[in-house]
Amino acid sequence: MAQVSLKKNGDLRALFFGAGSFKYWSLAPLLVVLVIFTVLPIAQLLQMSVSELEFVEGELVSQFIGLGQLDNLAKDPIVGIAIKNTLVFVVAVVLIESFTGFTLALAISRTKTLSILYRSVVIIPLLIPPVAIGTMWSLMYDFNYGLFTTILIELGVQNPPLWTADPDLALISVIIVDVWHWTSFMFLIMLAGIESIPPSLLEAARVDGANEWRMIRHVILPVMAPTILVAMLLRTILAFKVFDQIFVLTSGGPGTATQVISMHIYKVFSEQFRLGYAAFLSLLVAAFMTVFVAFYLWASRVVRRRLT
Amino acid sequence: MNNARSLSKISLNLTLLVVVFIILFPVFYIVQTSLKSTADIYSGAFFFTAKTANYEEIFTGSRSNFAELTRNSLIVSSSVALICGFIGSLAAYSISRLNWSRWVGGGILVWLLFINMMPPIVFVTPYYLWARAAGIYDTPAAVVMAHVVLNMPLAVIMMMNFFAEVPKELEEAAVIDGCTQWQAFRLVILPVVRPGLAAMAVLVFVFSWKEFLFSLSLTTTSAGRTIPVGIANFVQEFNIRYGEMAAGSFVAMIPALILVLLAQRHIIKGLTVGAVKG
Repeated sequence: MAQVSLKKNGDLRALFFGAGSFKYWSLAPLLVVLVIFTVLPIAQLLQMSVSELEFVEGELVSQFIGLGQLDNLAKDPIVGIAIKNTLVFVVAVVLIESFTGFTLALAISRTKTLSILYRSVVIIPLLIPPVAIGTMWSLMYDFNYGLFTTILIELGVQNPPLWTADPDLALISVIIVDVWHWTSFMFLIMLAGIESIPPSLLEAARVDGANEWRMIRHVILPVMAPTILVAMLLRTILAFKVFDQIFVLTSGGPGTATQVISMHIYKVFSEQFRLGYAAFLSLLVAAFMTVFVAFYLWASRVVRRRLT
Repeated sequence: MNNARSLSKISLNLTLLVVVFIILFPVFYIVQTSLKSTADIYSGAFFFTAKTANYEEIFTGSRSNFAELTRNSLIVSSSVALICGFIGSLAAYSISRLNWSRWVGGGILVWLLFINMMPPIVFVTPYYLWARAAGIYDTPAAVVMAHVVLNMPLAVIMMMNFFAEVPKELEEAAVIDGCTQWQAFRLVILPVVRPGLAAMAVLVFVFSWKEFLFSLSLTTTSAGRTIPVGIANFVQEFNIRYGEMAAGSFVAMIPALILVLLAQRHIIKGLTVGAVKG
């Protein structure tokens, strides 16, 4: 088509103004955005993480310290707790939401008349601001006037739990909110998977006399395995980003009970104002995510090959 | 047999109605709280006289400035939707239809998924320094910059899926009829994918509307802040003002609730974008 003529005379003017130039113009804005706002920041993170940065009278002063951030890392008492909390949170929510999402998808896939109502309601948590979700739940969790406390006291419970204010319960309270928030995401992916199972397959199993449970165990789950693996990967990636609700619900507290890695970096950046160290931690997170996803994709390919 | 079936159908629907209740209840609770006076909130009364005092307070009171925050949120979200819609649909069309080598298309796609995978906190420190250096710190422009990047993967990938559904014959016919590639895109293809483009822009609007971390990190006053930051500020204060917090949260939910009423297939697809590409 048009770019054949371009290849023939191949001069720069044709490249920018010729008939085939739309090919280049159409992609250029995206490339500019990606280079300026994603490639350069990562380069800058590299530079920042080998520096000590300070604002002196509004001017940014940068001093090269090489691997000096490693010392800061070793001296940081909270980073280990933050990593542990993040891992506990991620593993818990991914496992719970895979189960709730799958069950919900299975249930809703069997409804007919009310199906549209269910599907519209279920996506609500994915569209409202996480900050508002945090507010809703902190109103319900409030240990003086909150809904849960009010109900428990009505029921005659002497010492109702403090929820987000109790160091032992705080992380669990945050996980409960997350299950409310993100089950819908797993539901949407799982539902698409269930609906793409050929009805003839289910029919054949039914004719063979399989009951509900055997049908799920031996027909639906094996067929769904790749979908479930992808859903879990996507959810894990998103769960590592958790920040907004925790900021509103607990701000990482009480103490460090719900301090996750994003929260910790944010505090290093905004409260301690150590930009270099924050950049260094950001870079570690970026590296970890890359390795994790590469490993997961490799591992799930191996698993898939075993299964088929 | 028939009886057992209809019985299990009823119990299935009853269970699902409980799920619907669990999802909707917190939303209902926040509306209820937002209409209560402080005394009613503290007494936990179930029956009360609804008042709009909390809404009046957040919009016109001296302690908060939701009028400004709402203006900022509207500016940010609509600019982001426009920019992402424009850049995203052009680039998606280019990658899927204009004979780029597989390395270019594939490379860009992998990079977009990589960006999508990064926890946003990673970009906070560089963007903060840039916003200060560029003199746009604490303005909606800084927030727009961050949100455009955050939503670009969604915009491009969603549009690529829509363009993939358009038959190739359509633009071939347009080119034979004498259209340039730009005209074929603008006059033939774009009108076909318009519902998809609209769904993408709406979704990007909502995602920008609910974003919190960058809005928080790139602003310090109500000159640049958006609604989610305003809500979070209530929480951080020593004396938590529940009623106003609830009112602000409900205002923040309005776009989402409108979207659910218009919910279409395209929106649901966009919510799980990436699932196909895995």
